[in-house]
Amino acid sequence: MDLQYFAELFLGGLTRGSIYALIALGYTMVYGIIELINFAHGEIYMIGAFTGLIVATVLTFAGFPTLAVLVLASVAAVVYSSCYGYTMEKIAYKPLRGAPRLSALISAIGMSLFLQNYVLLAQTSDFLPFPSLVPDLPFWEPYAHIISSQEIVIISVTALVMILLNLLIKFTRMGKAMRATSQDREMAMLTGVDVNRVISLTFIIGSATAALGAVLIASHIGQINFYVGFIAGIKAFVAAVLGGIGSVPGAVVGALVLGWTESFFTGYISSDYEDVFAFIFLVVILIFKPSGILGRSETQKV
Amino acid sequence: MLQIEDIKTYYGSIQALKGISLEISAGEIICLIGANGAGKSTTLMSICGVVPPRTGRIVFEGREIQHLPSNRIVELGIVQVPEGRRIFPYLTVAENLDMGAFLRRDKAAIEQDIDYIYELFPILAKRRHQAGGTLSGGEQQMLAISRALMARPRLLLLDEPSLGLAPLVVRQIFEIIAKINRENNTTIFLVEQNANLALQVAHRGYVMETGRITLSDSAAHLLANEDVKRAYLGI
Ligand SMILES: Nc1ncnc2c1ncn2[C@@H]1O[C@H](COP(=O)(O)OP(=O)(O)O)[C@@H](O)[C@H]1O
Ligand SMILES: [Mg+2]
Repeated sequence: MDLQYFAELFLGGLTRGSIYALIALGYTMVYGIIELINFAHGEIYMIGAFTGLIVATVLTFAGFPTLAVLVLASVAAVVYSSCYGYTMEKIAYKPLRGAPRLSALISAIGMSLFLQNYVLLAQTSDFLPFPSLVPDLPFWEPYAHIISSQEIVIISVTALVMILLNLLIKFTRMGKAMRATSQDREMAMLTGVDVNRVISLTFIIGSATAALGAVLIASHIGQINFYVGFIAGIKAFVAAVLGGIGSVPGAVVGALVLGWTESFFTGYISSDYEDVFAFIFLVVILIFKPSGILGRSETQKV
Repeated sequence: MLQIEDIKTYYGSIQALKGISLEISAGEIICLIGANGAGKSTTLMSICGVVPPRTGRIVFEGREIQHLPSNRIVELGIVQVPEGRRIFPYLTVAENLDMGAFLRRDKAAIEQDIDYIYELFPILAKRRHQAGGTLSGGEQQMLAISRALMARPRLLLLDEPSLGLAPLVVRQIFEIIAKINRENNTTIFLVEQNANLALQVAHRGYVMETGRITLSDSAAHLLANEDVKRAYLGI
């Protein structure tokens, strides 16, 4: 077996998995708190990518150094997408909180279509080039043939985000409130938790990590259009279900498993059926473990 | 301390409370008895703002609270131990207690209260790092009451604390309830199907039938009342 080829596929899968994880968090956390599959989450990601593109273009034109452009574009995307996520919950989901679940789901699909078409009108359907924002790290030169600086940055940023998020959920007051709310919302209310704030915070966090993922991957792949959120969203959704929807560690595991599956199957078997492998894998896992890899049956989520 | 005036509460189009009025004075233990489905739990959830009444007034220490969100009501000192205990199953015992003190900021006093709880229920101290869902029914009820105490309630609402527990544990729980009332001067509103036991610790009681209060009297009189005896005491 060619070890270097294997390493390439392994690291490529890790990179993909990282991005899926950043997006899957939004699906899984929202589901954990309000049992809604937020179909418009992919569009939040897409809006993050466009915000990043616009800010990066302006700043590059203004002569900012690449690294500053990367940071500022990411921050702008995170802030902008978070505002969208927050607002979306308030106008499309909160009014339906007491309604049957199907109503909220339909509202989510409506929101997704609305945002896609809004960006389609504003930005056309063409693929727009996205500048490469991650500079080649000089000290990384000797290993660049196995894994690029871009990929290193994606993997490390994801790891950092996951660690921070884990600390937040485990140890902070708000994190405890989030876990309590996901386990028993009414009881959380009875202890004085402002559930509306917890839900808003969940949408903000999910949107922020998706936007970060969007800027990183767009800069890696080099182009975006209004439809990127749909594809990435479906993949991340598969990752979340694979890991056990509602579970944060599950989303990460599901995302990595999906990333590696795609990478190894396309690398060793055929690249024609990349998406098919992912779905076959999903079906197989769900046959043997319907609640997902780390999913607890029913109650536990965040 | 608490006045409820003609509240009507609905679940969708189903009316669960058809005009409830009752009154609780500071320092009292008041019990509410009634058959399954009478609307006892709904009454408590209405007070706490989880299922707010559609009409009527709830006045706590002179201020109307029926429009307030649940977290504001907890802040005022009304704390509920709901039916079925509702322990957060994947939080540890210690984290469940932390959630009880969610709105408090006085770190040192919280620590003291936790020590007090662990003294009151040594079994909880032993299990402090265990997930709440792994406790036995009796231990969960102790944890549920402790979690409520962590909020330093002025009015404690207890929904069927004896439900599903062994007689010995029930006795222990009721002793604690009386003790909380005596030592902390906490006002207690106790909902029970176990009317005999409830009327023994309570000062006054209300009887509820299908969304209405049908009787209200001192506990001693209720215990002696022929209708109550027949319907709720199984005598
Ligand atoms: N979540 C709910 N949705 C619809 N109806 C409910 C709900 N909870 C209770 N009810 C109905 O309201 C009435 C009162 O219930 P409840 O307050 O739980 O009674 P109790 O606590 O006295 O047993 C019952 O008829 C019950 O079926
Ligand atoms: Mg009840």
